[in-house]
Amino acid sequence: MTATPDPNADTVWVEHEALIDRIPRWVAMLVLAAIVIAIWDLATARTGWVSPIILPSPAETLADLIFVGHNLLTGGYMLDALWTTTRTVFWAFLIAIVIGFSLGVLVGETKFGERAVMPYLVAIDTMPKVAFAPLFIAWLGFDIASKVALAAFIATFPIVVSTAAGLYAASENERMLFKAMGASRMQTLLRLKLPTGLPHVFTGLKIASVGVMAGAITGEFLGGGQGFGALIRQSASTLDTPRVFALILYLSLLGLALFFAVAWLQKRLVFWNKADRPGGVG
Amino acid sequence: MTMAEPRPLTAGPAAPASDYAGRPVYEIARLSKTYARNRLTALTDVSLTLHKGEFVSVVGSSGCGKSTLLKIMSGLLPPTTGRVVLEGRPVTGPRDDIGMMFQQATLLPWKTTVENIILPIEIRQGRAAARAAVPRAMDLLKLVGLGDFGHVYPGELSGGMAQRASICRMLISNPAVLLLDEPFSALDELTRDFMNMELQRICAEQQSTAFLVTHSLAEAVILSDRILVMKPRPGRIVEEIVIDLPRPRTLDMINTPRFGEIVAHIRDLLGKEAFQ
Ligand SMILES: Nc1ncnc2c1ncn2[C@@H]1O[C@H](COP(=O)(O)OP(=O)(O)OP(=O)(O)O)[C@@H](O)[C@H]1O
Ligand SMILES: [Mg+2]
Repeated sequence: MTATPDPNADTVWVEHEALIDRIPRWVAMLVLAAIVIAIWDLATARTGWVSPIILPSPAETLADLIFVGHNLLTGGYMLDALWTTTRTVFWAFLIAIVIGFSLGVLVGETKFGERAVMPYLVAIDTMPKVAFAPLFIAWLGFDIASKVALAAFIATFPIVVSTAAGLYAASENERMLFKAMGASRMQTLLRLKLPTGLPHVFTGLKIASVGVMAGAITGEFLGGGQGFGALIRQSASTLDTPRVFALILYLSLLGLALFFAVAWLQKRLVFWNKADRPGGVG
Repeated sequence: MTMAEPRPLTAGPAAPASDYAGRPVYEIARLSKTYARNRLTALTDVSLTLHKGEFVSVVGSSGCGKSTLLKIMSGLLPPTTGRVVLEGRPVTGPRDDIGMMFQQATLLPWKTTVENIILPIEIRQGRAAARAAVPRAMDLLKLVGLGDFGHVYPGELSGGMAQRASICRMLISNPAVLLLDEPFSALDELTRDFMNMELQRICAEQQSTAFLVTHSLAEAVILSDRILVMKPRPGRIVEEIVIDLPRPRTLDMINTPRFGEIVAHIRDLLGKEAFQ
């Protein structure tokens, strides 16, 4: 017979913290990386299940990473290529921000923009934008300009949409408040709608920062030139897979830098929006 | 003089509120509003006068046009017909001698409390004037017991504190009248009682003329000199009730027979309409 619990005793609730909650994030990430690399090593160098042309071993990749890193640090030809791609991405992002933001304000603030401009933007946005690459090359040549155009073209749309959505984000109460204070349309736009919409704008900028990288590299694949994309294509065409891997890893650093620059700016400018903080990937 | 002494409750909509020495501040005559969008008549033939220093409430069922009336009075919405005159000048748009307060505090989250309070000055007169108004904003914050919270962001204020800050924002431009659309309905009952007493004290101190829309009969009775009862479809004022409880009002008065009598009378009025 089981003992009946004493009804007068205080119940003690023991809270169990799950094991995964006690492990710091970086440890978990390291463990996963170690597991993946171990399997990768097993499949390539240890057993030879996968041909080195398809997937190089971790050691080969590391050797190439060091080689490429050395070339970049000593100002070799790869640094020139990275610089070309960085310039492409920079100009494309800047153009996308200026055009995207202006169109976004036009669409979000004016009836004309909403009724007449927006339908066209939606129509163009649904097209596969990479298909325009040959046109840009035909118009602007094989130099950096055609890549800038393609990358900017791709990155503009998320900024337009998020800016326009941001301008609608102010609540009815807030609009009424500004109206009651006798605020002009410009004052309402600058002091209410734009600040309220800023978190949305940044969401669009983050999407655009990913798109602008994709656009620049696609442009370099299709249009040649001096960029990192062309380097990757050359290495791939000679089946130098370890080099392709190494180049992609370094390229992703550029993308990460851009993304985190946007995220950092968002943290500074949208300091009041706590919902966006955890993880930083809003 | 006993408080329970029986007195007629109803003065009738047309009767002047002769008890109040104050001069007329706000005059609304034969106001009607039909929304063009859905051809809905929200108000018909509403006439009322607010006197200096008077506190008037309007109660009525949901959708009877209270907010519409308030928006027209504040110049946010044009009436279809009728006159709205404040301090001798017709109201044709938003004016800085009208203070508005809404159901939500609506503080801008990227501005500190004190920056929120000087916002109306900043919008109307520019940044320099707004900076000059900071000391007055701090005084107002002290008045509502938020002296230490001028430089925090609204995210750190509780609902009641935010609503008190929005009272300060309303008061900063020294409005001749305060128009309040269910300002405390989002607060819990205890905070609400406290805020009502604060509001009474502020109005007495500033000698404000106030017009309050509320769903709470107790709130209307405890704060008001007069209560206007509205009925819907179309929205109109059907009765005016003079509240003869002595001032200053205290929360204890809720338990007096006279208070209960008045609340019961209004409830009866509103209830009758609900079953029609
Ligand atoms: N912008 C508008 N366009 C058309 N009809 C409206 C508009 N605003 C309000 N109405 C209608 O007018 C009537 C009165 O609305 P109002 O908001 O003034 O009511 P209320 O008394 O404030 O109600 P509540 O107590 O629920 O706040 C309602 O029937 C509503 O549907
Ligand atoms: Mg209302």
